[in-house]
Amino acid sequence: MTQVAAPARPAESKDWRHSVSAALWRRPWARATLLLTPPLAWFILLYLASLVILLITAFWQINPFTTNIERVWSLSNLKTIFTTPAYLEIIGRTVAMAAAVTVVDALVAFPFAYYMARVASPRTRTALFVAILLPLWASYLAKVYSWLVIFTHDGILDWALGRAGLGQVHLIYTNWAVFTVFCYLWLPFMIMPVYAALERIPTSQIEASQDLGARNLRTTWLILLPLALPGIAAGSIFTFSLTLGDYITPLLVGGTSATFIGNVIYTNIGIANNVPFAAAMALVPIAIMAIYLSAARALGAFEAV
Amino acid sequence: MESKLLRAALRVWVALVLAFLFIPIVLIVLYAFNQSNIESWPIPGFSVHWFAVAWNDPQVRAAFLLSVRVGLLATVLALLLGTSVAYALHQFRFFGREAVSFLLVLPLALPGIITGIALNSFFSFTGVQFGTLTIVAGHTTFCIVVVYNNLIARLRRTPGSLAEASMDLGARGWQTLRYVMLPLSATALVSGALLAFALSFDEVIVTVFTAGAQNTLPLWIFGAIRLGQQLPEVNAVVTIVILLTIIPVVLAARIAGAGAVTRSARAI
Amino acid sequence: MITTRTRARIRLRPAIAVGLAALSLAAAGCSSGGSSQTTGTSGTSAAGQTVPTANLPVLQKIGKGEGQLNLIAWEGYLDPKWVKPFEQQTGCQVNGKYAGSSDEMVALMKNGGGGQYDMVSSSGDADLRILYAGDAHPVNINLIPSWKDFFPAFQSPPFNTINGVHYGVSLQWGPNVLMYNTKDFTTAPTSWNVIYDPKYKGQVTVPDNPIQIADAALYLKTTKPSLKITDPYELTQTQFQAAVSLLASQRPLIEKYWDLASQEIFDFKNGNAIVGAGWPYQVSTLKAAHFTIGSVVPSEGATGWADTWMLAAKAPHPNCAYMWMQYISTPKVQAMQAITYGETPDNKLACTYMDQMQPGSCAEYHANAPASYLNSISLWKTPIATCDNGQPDCVPYADWVNAWNTQVK
Repeated sequence: MTQVAAPARPAESKDWRHSVSAALWRRPWARATLLLTPPLAWFILLYLASLVILLITAFWQINPFTTNIERVWSLSNLKTIFTTPAYLEIIGRTVAMAAAVTVVDALVAFPFAYYMARVASPRTRTALFVAILLPLWASYLAKVYSWLVIFTHDGILDWALGRAGLGQVHLIYTNWAVFTVFCYLWLPFMIMPVYAALERIPTSQIEASQDLGARNLRTTWLILLPLALPGIAAGSIFTFSLTLGDYITPLLVGGTSATFIGNVIYTNIGIANNVPFAAAMALVPIAIMAIYLSAARALGAFEAV
Repeated sequence: MESKLLRAALRVWVALVLAFLFIPIVLIVLYAFNQSNIESWPIPGFSVHWFAVAWNDPQVRAAFLLSVRVGLLATVLALLLGTSVAYALHQFRFFGREAVSFLLVLPLALPGIITGIALNSFFSFTGVQFGTLTIVAGHTTFCIVVVYNNLIARLRRTPGSLAEASMDLGARGWQTLRYVMLPLSATALVSGALLAFALSFDEVIVTVFTAGAQNTLPLWIFGAIRLGQQLPEVNAVVTIVILLTIIPVVLAARIAGAGAVTRSARAI
Repeated sequence: MITTRTRARIRLRPAIAVGLAALSLAAAGCSSGGSSQTTGTSGTSAAGQTVPTANLPVLQKIGKGEGQLNLIAWEGYLDPKWVKPFEQQTGCQVNGKYAGSSDEMVALMKNGGGGQYDMVSSSGDADLRILYAGDAHPVNINLIPSWKDFFPAFQSPPFNTINGVHYGVSLQWGPNVLMYNTKDFTTAPTSWNVIYDPKYKGQVTVPDNPIQIADAALYLKTTKPSLKITDPYELTQTQFQAAVSLLASQRPLIEKYWDLASQEIFDFKNGNAIVGAGWPYQVSTLKAAHFTIGSVVPSEGATGWADTWMLAAKAPHPNCAYMWMQYISTPKVQAMQAITYGETPDNKLACTYMDQMQPGSCAEYHANAPASYLNSISLWKTPIATCDNGQPDCVPYADWVNAWNTQVK
């Protein structure tokens, strides 16, 4: 490091702004409070408060005739959820779907992100960046509807397969269709954090590994993946939670066995007017995500988002 | 560094993924020219009249304008609140720091439907009229998280000594913020704001539960999809939106991308 | 779509009993059996039942339009064909929110404590729930001139008029029809048995709505007389279980239960379904797109609905709301809506206009209302625990919802 001559100190200014600034510098707690109060106020007074109210409602009941909420404390909503086979099946199905989507999206995103971060030229990288962001601007609903046309009986997929002489598949209104659409929708959300994590890995570490004799696969396995894991974990938070609560895609693309947690919550609120039951059902994804988040935190996801 | 074979394989993979990402988008644009208002394959005939319909539809205009207004408000609020909480968490260690950073993940980590019904119950309970403000409130909550995440990632890579050096050189806190910290975080703020706006513009689930009688663009689209008679109009609207956003997205990617270039060039 | 704790306590049970009894009156006095006949005019509410908003003052004169009108409507009820002229005439911009089921409508009306929407086009099974929840406002029926030309059965029906107080204006009514692809069914099916026939596995579609249990019950009424079903909305546990079992056995035949009208339209058009239960709206939309669709009310009869434009208790734009009620009741508009949607108008005078617009449509949509047609339709009403004969062993709607979600789907 070259020596930098210390600049001459400017004359001490007795500006009130300097005093305030200096006072704040000496009192970090004051600065912290100033910075923290508005956002925390928002979160606690609005978001947390509403969550708490909702969760309390889970332990209440509704009058079956009037559908008014009655503040009778009871565990019966939770009991119904955990003792009715249909609901347990729904929960299992939702978690399995979320896990499957997460794994597949991670697998698809990793090579793509690797290419973007380490192989592509800067111009290509910018172009790829745009290419990932652009689908986010096309309406979610319009995209799902496009998949309907792809999957439908005698739709685009059948037509393409027919052209290739591969016969027909029956995908519409199946959980395969739901799975594909979920993977499609959340892919950009997985690519971005993985890209950010891979891009941060210093080239020197990879070169060192290769200098030490490791070939590509070993380097990837021993060096890249662990360093990229926080990015994957961060992306997985998105894919997992977005799948866990979605009801629109199963509604549009799913069939008779495509009832997920989100659908149960939605129909109980919007149709059956049973807010307590919906709130009780909502406790399930909250609990699942709490577990998932602690696992992700252990993997360092929060440093990588 | 990577073998030629590997590079070729990666290129193929990237092409496949891009195709996967864009086929539905291409279909959206294609079906905007569908003559028939029911979607099926093959397309029976082509027509541009749906674009005219979309352009002249007052409901679409109102919904579009509302979405833009909500997006801007939510993004600005998110920038202010997200930035202050990011700086606070980056600079200070205080009791409950872990809890706060956990709290900040919740709006994105918890499914949107939960945020939606929670806010709905809250607004009903406190007697707040459903309207633009309630929609903005819902959107701001997750936009803050997006801005915060982008910014904190950037801040963690910024050496703390920079701020101290600035102070040593006589800058006040505010000047340090303005001339040192903000330029460094610019790319993170831009990409955070862009992502926040995009998420708000396309948000359906939370909006369904926090809107009153008015429609944002996604809500209008949902209504049109229910109806089943205006699908090409929906596609026309989405096509126009995509066209409108290409330029800002390219610009923003350039700004954020440039940062990426400099970072990857630096070897520690 | 969201509910909130309403301030008013609702006691629906006796109210619905009244609704049941009086609806049988609306069916031209010859209900399809069973429901007790009551004498007297539009339902007197049972002891202790009051509509919380009954004493609100009605509008005496329609003032200047407020420029906006927020409506909750069934898909197809806000066609630009009649909405645009209304907007031009009155300056009231119509903002429509679509709902796919009565429950959704009730929930939307309650959303945020009301005050969002002006009117809702609710069916009979939602009306009383909205009324007794205090979400409806009394209407000055004298401000709606076309009302005098309505069929008597629909002028003050018990689902929107309590104790002589109107809470809305009747709109139109119609059946849930059997839809079929005419390429696959060269002759029209005559019975609902086609949607329960394993021959059509994977090609049947029915609505995703617990009220569908009534359709099954209606079918069993004819095919299993031993069950002694009289009213498909009043089922004892045995009858209910039989209907649910029928639907459970139907499940493998169904690829998709449709939630949105557009889904059924899409499915028929793309060949995902060739037969199913649906609304006339889907039929008209497919016909307008020149698709080979046919529809029929089979021999066992059909469930149906009678709709009302109900005025919201806290309607933010009451003047525009009245203008809408006036407009939508006029014979020409009634005719337009009847033909476009495929339903039966409540205005007697609509018939001539219908034949002008589309020859033969008056008879096709039964706008001349023969009593036999009315009898074959079991209009929607909310199932409650008290049967019409006073016994408390009928299955209430909450159980219908539960069975639908856990046993059928």
